[in-house]
This record gives sequence, C-alpha cells and structure tokens, in this order.
Amino acid sequence: MNIPRHWRETPERYRLEAAKCRKCGKIAFPARLICPDCGHKEFEKINLSGKGKLLTYTIIRTAPEGFEDIAPYAVGIVEMEEGVSVMGQVTDCDPEELKTGDTLVTKFRRMSEEGKTGLIMYSYKFVPDIGV
Amino acid sequence: MKEVAIIGIGIIKFGELWDKSLRDIAVESALNCLEDSGTDRIDSINIGCMSSGLFIGQEHLASIIADYLGRLNIPSTRVESACASGGLAVRSAFLEVAAGMSDYALAIGVEKMTDVSMGEATYALATAADQDYEAFHGITFPGLYAMLARTHMERWGTTREQLAEVAIKNHRNGSMNQYAQFPFTITLDAVLKSTMIADPLRLLDCSPVTDGAAALLLTTVENAKKLKKHPVVVISGIGSAVDSIALSQRKDLLELKAVKTAAGMALQMSGRTINDIDFAEVHDCFTIAEILVLESMGILEPGKGGPATLEGYTALDGKFPVNPSGGLKSKGHPVGATGVAQIFEIVNQLRGNSGKRQIPGARIGLAQNMGGSGGSCICHIIEAK
Repeated sequence: MNIPRHWRETPERYRLEAAKCRKCGKIAFPARLICPDCGHKEFEKINLSGKGKLLTYTIIRTAPEGFEDIAPYAVGIVEMEEGVSVMGQVTDCDPEELKTGDTLVTKFRRMSEEGKTGLIMYSYKFVPDIGV
Repeated sequence: MKEVAIIGIGIIKFGELWDKSLRDIAVESALNCLEDSGTDRIDSINIGCMSSGLFIGQEHLASIIADYLGRLNIPSTRVESACASGGLAVRSAFLEVAAGMSDYALAIGVEKMTDVSMGEATYALATAADQDYEAFHGITFPGLYAMLARTHMERWGTTREQLAEVAIKNHRNGSMNQYAQFPFTITLDAVLKSTMIADPLRLLDCSPVTDGAAALLLTTVENAKKLKKHPVVVISGIGSAVDSIALSQRKDLLELKAVKTAAGMALQMSGRTINDIDFAEVHDCFTIAEILVLESMGILEPGKGGPATLEGYTALDGKFPVNPSGGLKSKGHPVGATGVAQIFEIVNQLRGNSGKRQIPGARIGLAQNMGGSGGSCICHIIEAK
C-alpha cells in the first residue's frame, strides 16, 4: 500500500469523521459525494462519538497476509450511537466472551505495518466500554 | 431481441491442477464445448475471470485465450464481477446473440487459483470486499459470511446441524459428479469437528480453492433448431443487480438485495414465477450462503432455510432440489468459472444426461451466481423447449 492511499483515509481512521446529509440527515461513514438515500450533494462534516452496540461479530482464526501474528482476533460490525454501522476489530477482551449487543467504544490503535515502505498504519479499534 | 439458445457445453475436471495453466484449462473447456455443440463457429468470445492478475500475474486475458484457442481477429472481451464473473460472461454472450452482433457467442469462465500460496489466495479473494473499510481491518471472506451466519442463528434459531446439512447434502450430490473436486460424502461429525476458520464457520462450511474452467456456446433458437444434435435449451430470463459491497452499509444483513432483485428480474423476463422452477444451482460459497440465497429469492420464507434443509426439502429427491452438481462446496469453486459451470449442470439436467444425479422431469432450472458477500448477483432461467 502506498502512503497517499492510507493518508487520504486518515480523517475517517483517526477522527471518525462522517458526512451528514444537509437535506435528509442521513449519516454516511465513510463520507460520500452523493447521499445514498435522497441523492442530495451537500453534507455537514461530523465526528462520530465512537460509542455503539455490537450487531454481529466473528473470530478470525485463519488470517489474511499481514494479520497472521494477531490471530485469533475478533472483527465485528458496530451500530454507532448516530445510527450508522462501522466494521472494525474488537480488542482488549477475550473474544470468546463477546456477545451481540455489547456496548463498545473506539480506541486509536496500531493496525498493521506495510512491508516494503515500513509504513505503520493506525486506525480505530473497538474495546468493551468500561466507562474509562 | 432474438431468442437465445445454449447449443454447446464444456467443462473440465475441477481440482488442484498443478500440470495445467490458466490458458490450458480455458482452451480445454472451450474445445469440449465446441465438440459438444457440433459446430466450430464462434463470432465473439466472452470471458469471466475474477483475478488472473493476482492469481497468475496475467491481465489482458481476452487476447491470450483467443490466441491459444486459435481464434484471433474476432471480438474477445473479459468481464469481472468477483465470484459472479462467470455469470456475467454468459450474460455478455447472451447480449451478443440477442442484439444480433454475433450469431455464435462463446462464454468461458476460468480461474487458476493454486499458483499462489494460501495466504496470497485469501488476499486475492478478499479484494472482492471493501478494501478500505473491510479488508483493512483484517476481515476475510469466511469472516464476512460468519457474521451473517451468527446473525441468522441469533435471529431465527438456525442451528449448527442445519448449516452442516447444506454441506452434507451438496457432498452427497457431488459424490456422483465426475467433474467434482471433492466427489465424496461427508458426515455431520466431520463437519462439526473440522477446523474453526471464522466462528461459527468451520473448514467444511467453506467452498475450496480450485482450478477450473467451463464454457457455453450460444446462438439463436432458429440456428439451434437446425443443428438437431441436442434437445433445444433456451435462456428465457436474465437478471443482474448489485448491492453495497460493505456489510456495514446494508440496512438488513440477512436480506441479500442483489439476489432478490436479480432473481425477480430473471423471472419477470421469462414470464415465470418462482413456483414454476424445478430446481436450482445456487452460490453456496459457504453453507450459510445457500440458506440466505434461498430465502432472498423467495424459494423459502426468511428463517426457514435451516429447518427446510435438514428436512430434505432441497435434497436431490426433495421438493426443490438445490445444487444437484454438488455446488461450490463439493464440485469446487474456481471463482470466475463457477457461474458458467452452474449452467453446464442445468443444461445437462434439461437434456436428461445427468446419470445418477438426474432430476426426473426437469424442465426449468435457475442459476444464481453471486459476487463477494452479495455485492453482485446474476441469475439465469434456463428452459428445455
């Protein structure tokens, strides 16, 4: 992966930036140029709170290239407080003890390292909400 | 628009074909197809292949296959829609004939997957997911379907045993298919004790990595009637639709909207209802996929897929046989070839040539081919005239 490919996604990956349609209020994450619900083209930039509920998840045991070292690890889809869903890893917990409906919050974490350039990629991961 | 018939079908034995290259298997399936058809005329070539670039480092595929088939100087086109590339190639060939651009259009589906390591193959397949918002987080294809399986189990009470029955049933069918990669039966115990890949899906819930190719020759019904070699088999309906690739972008995880839309479109074009269909070849890339597809197409009500499978509704001798070929699970899943291979099976069934797997009185079949986790779907309705 080259540097701009990761760099241009940093608003979403570092700050959970989303786009809220100025006409129908639909929140798009990641941002889009046209609203998938009403076709409007003007959006307000918002930041997701980072808190949500686990809709579904799996535990990856056969990992793809670049993720072998952290397997087994959980990946889930989380419905955020704002109503939009986000996929991400669920960490800082025993994946066997996760349950659908668990409240999770995002944390800023190291994701992976790109071999050729040594680029370290960061992003959000979800962790159980323990009120800290 | 002209009426379109399938006059030739060709396939090769699926498997880990170490001694054969992509061009070898594509050409071999095409030659088998021409021999079956009784003609050697081709006006255009339509190739479905998901990722020859990542699997063998070869793009510009339409030219190299035409060259090795000895058919230069005619239009040759490659189409891609992940695991639905084969179905899309058949649709392209159909359009060539229906529009009058080609009298005889060849569709080839091909994938050579075993020239790379398992890690590289997993990566190549994951490119059918959203790279920036799914694959970036370390998700795999089994992982995406595992999340759908968990949702189905929690919403409808679908059990591990019901999921396993999809694989057991398809292996039972595939054990009678000479072209299948894994032509043997499996037990419930074997499925439930196989390696966990992505909870709750185990190794024997997953279709394998496969080398394979299949081909069809299409022409007008008028031409087909003159050939007199086989009973006339027509494509009476085609549907094609897409959905968000990323699961997080969908409103309901368990409704495969592209599948529902494509099946509806194909039925409408053919003037049929789902109750007119005798049997189907569907995209069982994972056990849960067959259940979701049958529910999304309206063959079974939402939530009934698991119990109906366990009760034998979709078995070869059931009310609605599904995947008589063995499906992707037993026959193998060379991704770009799958959509074409499904129609190979349907045509053979309609001709009455399926031997021990023959569905008595089969007249109308449905082929459902799907890309990724339902991000694209192509359906064909195939009928004996």
